[in-house]
Amino acid sequence: MLASFLLLSWISSISALYFHIGETEKKCFIEEIPDETMVIGKYRTQLWDKQSGSFLPATPGLGMHVEIKDPDTKIILSRQYGSDGRFTFTSHTPGEHQICLHSNSTKMALFAGGKLRVHLDIQVGEHTNNYPEIAAKDKLTELQLRVRQLLDQVEQIQKEQNYQRYREERFRMTSESTNQRVLWWSITQTLILIITGIWQMKHLKSFFEAKKLV
Amino acid sequence: WLAKVLWAQLLCGWVLGSELTFELPDNAKQCFYEDITVGTKCTLEFQVITGGHYDVDCRLEDPDGTTLYKEMKKQYDSFTFTAAKNGTYKFCFSNEFSTFTHKTVYFDFQVGDDPPLFPNENRVTALTQMESACVSIHEALKSVIDYQTHFRLREAQGRSRAEDLNTRVAFWSIGEALILLVVSISQVVLLRSFFSDKKTTMTRVGS
Repeated sequence: MLASFLLLSWISSISALYFHIGETEKKCFIEEIPDETMVIGKYRTQLWDKQSGSFLPATPGLGMHVEIKDPDTKIILSRQYGSDGRFTFTSHTPGEHQICLHSNSTKMALFAGGKLRVHLDIQVGEHTNNYPEIAAKDKLTELQLRVRQLLDQVEQIQKEQNYQRYREERFRMTSESTNQRVLWWSITQTLILIITGIWQMKHLKSFFEAKKLV
Repeated sequence: WLAKVLWAQLLCGWVLGSELTFELPDNAKQCFYEDITVGTKCTLEFQVITGGHYDVDCRLEDPDGTTLYKEMKKQYDSFTFTAAKNGTYKFCFSNEFSTFTHKTVYFDFQVGDDPPLFPNENRVTALTQMESACVSIHEALKSVIDYQTHFRLREAQGRSRAEDLNTRVAFWSIGEALILLVVSISQVVLLRSFFSDKKTTMTRVGS
């Protein structure tokens, strides 16, 4: 009874936003997050059934491959999940993480001409906290729980601002590099122009003198 | 207490807000669907982060297919509506007008209010002063986080332009320097070739 209740709650919790995906299609989502931030992703897939003309509630043997890359394009998670899955990761470098999903159906016949409906829910940072669970575990009163929630929110704001400072530094370095490049390349090009001009005149002068035309 | 935890599990699971950033290839259209119950206040907010002129077409339809919101080539917008019918609402982003730039689009679709912190069966008494202070701080912080997100997206936009500019400056500078060298050398070679042919005729005319 407990198991079925939890299963029901888990399933109902992922009837969030959904989209359609083709057979070999890969859908990627970008999450730009500061470091040490937890991300929880939950998905549920439904396959289109041509006979009944609707989406089946759940299909065994239908899997999704989840691949997560960090800002340095290094793969931090690459796993195969079933038709319902939950993946979690914590970022160690700040930046754009890429979460890619594609189906990896074991029975390709299931897919023929069909489309897959994917319910997806990605929660980042303080949204990953399960407050009622925290309250039950630490035995907090309502006020204490509210304050805990505020603390988590403020911590997230601090992390984001720290990340903001890091990004601004990068932006500033890029701008200064562009500035330097424009300066040096302009000088170099002007010098090349002058030098080739002088070379051309000298060379042609000596050429014409050799040809006794001057 | 187990029953309370289970109830809490059920209720807290209803996270009613999706925020996603995805890539929209050129000539592509991406649609998202959500089942909404009547009377729920929903907000759709989107922003284009990178790509071309930073614009995208957006369209929101209700379960009967009536267009509730339609804008072409918008960079950023926010649309609030109250669901008039039960059913599946659909919103689509289209990059079909673009031939070769793919765009990165961020959207935030909020459905209803946040779930309550406690599955309050005894919520008959009003909130105490402390509790209502906490609630208003929570709302203020939510708006701070929201502003931070928008700022981050704008900064990402600016940064991607700057990095693009940086690589383009290097590439074109080297290219121009090479072209300059090649053109000047070939000019000299070409001029030399004109005079090499005429040399024999000129000497014959002279003598």
